[in-house]
Amino acid sequence: MANSTTAKSKAAAAEQSASMMTVIAPALGWLIPGAGHMIQKRWIRGGLLFVSIVALFVFGLMMQGHIYKANGGDILDILGFIGDLGGGGMYLATLAVNGGQGAIAQAIADYGTKFMIVAGLLNFVAVADAYHIAIGKKR
Amino acid sequence: MTIQLTHFSAAFIFALFASIVFGITHRDTTRDMVRYGLYCFAMFLGGALLAGWAMWLVRR
Repeated sequence: MANSTTAKSKAAAAEQSASMMTVIAPALGWLIPGAGHMIQKRWIRGGLLFVSIVALFVFGLMMQGHIYKANGGDILDILGFIGDLGGGGMYLATLAVNGGQGAIAQAIADYGTKFMIVAGLLNFVAVADAYHIAIGKKR
Repeated sequence: MTIQLTHFSAAFIFALFASIVFGITHRDTTRDMVRYGLYCFAMFLGGALLAGWAMWLVRR
């Protein structure tokens, strides 16, 4: 009798922990690329995602790419903002130091802008993957 | 700090990192992740080279 009560409360605690992970993993993964995987003990995957997404973003900044802020203008500017937003903590940190505000004066800077947008979009994909792991849809 | 990349270098770096993320997120087993990542890398870089030559043909 006592054993079945203990087993039930353990199962309930495990279920609650799993349901919290479905929120924490994606949120953490958005903030720090790959962290949503690492918190679920997928260390190598999380590490590779971190290196890839951060490297793409940093290369973009080093190529003098432009960071989009929230705007209500041209549709491409709005889409650029949505892409950049996927960068999470990197995006917030770049805005905080007023980075990525130069004019796109040469071709390489245009590449840089696209690198940062794609880094954000890839992070959205990584966040979705972390969520799928949390709900048990993926190993 | 600024970095100047050639068009090919930029395409290579983009293809490399995007393929790693695609491989990890779109497949389940390690073997499938590696295979799909390599496939994506070939498609990204090969597609860019092919598109470049196609544009050269059109221009010519």
